Amino acid sequence: MDIYLPIAALSVDVFVLLGLGGAVGFLSGIFGVGGGFLLTPLLIFIGIPPAVAVASSANQLVGASVSGAIAHWRRGNVDFQMGFVLLIGGFLGSGFGVWLFAVLRRIGQVELVVSMLYVALLGVLGTLMLIESTRAILRQRRPGGTRRKLHTHMWIHGMPLKMRFRRSKLYISAIVPVGLGFLIGMLSAIMGVGGGFVMVPAMIYMLGMPTAVVPGTSLLQIIFVAANVTILQAAGNGTVDAVLTMILLAGGVIGAQLGTRFGAKLRGEQLRALLALLVLAVAVKLARDLGVRPEDLYSVVMEGGQ
Amino acid sequence: MSPGIRRVALAGLLAALAAPLGAHAQSVVADLTSHLVAITTGFNGTSVVLFGATEGAGDVLVVVQGPARDMIVRHKSKVAAVWVNTRQVTFTAVPSFYAIASSKPLAEIAPSGLLQLQQIGLDNLHLTTDRPLPAADAAEFRTALVRNQERDGLYLPEAGQVTFLGNRLFRTTIGIPANVPTGIYLVQVFLLRNNAVVSGQTVPLVVSELGVDAEVHDFADRYAFAYGVAAVALAALAGWLASLPFRNA
Repeated sequence: MDIYLPIAALSVDVFVLLGLGGAVGFLSGIFGVGGGFLLTPLLIFIGIPPAVAVASSANQLVGASVSGAIAHWRRGNVDFQMGFVLLIGGFLGSGFGVWLFAVLRRIGQVELVVSMLYVALLGVLGTLMLIESTRAILRQRRPGGTRRKLHTHMWIHGMPLKMRFRRSKLYISAIVPVGLGFLIGMLSAIMGVGGGFVMVPAMIYMLGMPTAVVPGTSLLQIIFVAANVTILQAAGNGTVDAVLTMILLAGGVIGAQLGTRFGAKLRGEQLRALLALLVLAVAVKLARDLGVRPEDLYSVVMEGGQ
Repeated sequence: MSPGIRRVALAGLLAALAAPLGAHAQSVVADLTSHLVAITTGFNGTSVVLFGATEGAGDVLVVVQGPARDMIVRHKSKVAAVWVNTRQVTFTAVPSFYAIASSKPLAEIAPSGLLQLQQIGLDNLHLTTDRPLPAADAAEFRTALVRNQERDGLYLPEAGQVTFLGNRLFRTTIGIPANVPTGIYLVQVFLLRNNAVVSGQTVPLVVSELGVDAEVHDFADRYAFAYGVAAVALAALAGWLASLPFRNA
């Protein structure tokens, strides 16, 4: 059954969208990531204009993250204080990102920049996470292994404006989470992602937060950054398709709830290894596409439309 | 679609209804079975029937043009193992949709000079760029524009068939694909006799979003910020609702 999307201005099979939303939502629930890094490329793949895909994914993330964050909040796995500090950076970063997106769109380089950002980020992160989680799994198999410290103190944690984060049991410089938030906010605006795939590893390895509070806090931050991006994209670029969003959500929120339950049964290291493989697969696919000669070297964009 | 365009669309509609009244002096009269293509939630393309009558013998040629838009054509080339948009050309006031239909093959009813003069057929469309270009470049980008539009089904490379029912009545079907741009389309009907145009008529066709989709689009255009806020609120509400059944799990 086809449905007409008013902002994207085309018809798409509603069941394709529902299935897409459900699959991405399921992964989002398991890993505590928004799933936008899969949703945006998939939407572009089924023919949604990239600008609309990025902005509508951000909108979809709001709903998917609310649903996921509530599930984690009920388990007490959200560090609100850390979330708030991350958000300060997130708002600044997403504002900058939406502006940058509009500039890239004008000069016709949005797709290229978005693809290259995906390849670079996903490639590096996927590799690092795969190495780390493989090591952790191997270490666990050997009985009597040394117990790790609560977290490793790095030089960046010693920067000024130190703050105490009770829930995460950390005493570190607020500049680190603000800077991290800025970076994620910018990625969110340009790539239509919540940034969970950067945020989750960064929280674990850079901030040194306990793994249990990471997904919930990451989702909390994603809700607000994605909301900011949605409003700025709607007001500035007119690319948010609410009908598309709601269909993706209908499938996505249910998938996310199931995913959260499924994820609770998996062990942390296995979860991280799975996510690493997934991230690498997307990176490889996108990298290959960049180097493949397009069927038509010329493309046409209608001005005023998308 | 903005309210301004909608008003223009309405004016066009009224003009269309009025047009047949003044048609008695012409030797070709034509009209559409419907002057409005409504893009609603389930829209997946449609077709509109054009019918008419000629006075005396002759051949009929129908040209359908979508609203003029500026189109940017970009060219990719390989830069360090990656395909990058390296050149772009903007064509101004390009028909967003183009289709023709005729009662006989074009070459049989009109000399190429006439087709060029009237800009009939994809090869004869005058497409102008926003800045002067070397002729070879202009031709290259122009070909690319037409090819892309053809691939999207917005330019129909082959002329459709105008069929005569008896000597004077004729009809043809205009296919409207699912991805058509909204706006006012002009359907030009020419009567040709002895390799010359002896009569013509233009019938407007409005392609417009209707119903919930139109409301959403209209709201998003006019109150972009409020639309953004509403989109966020709706999404958040949906997320919260979805978490309710799982509360006690």
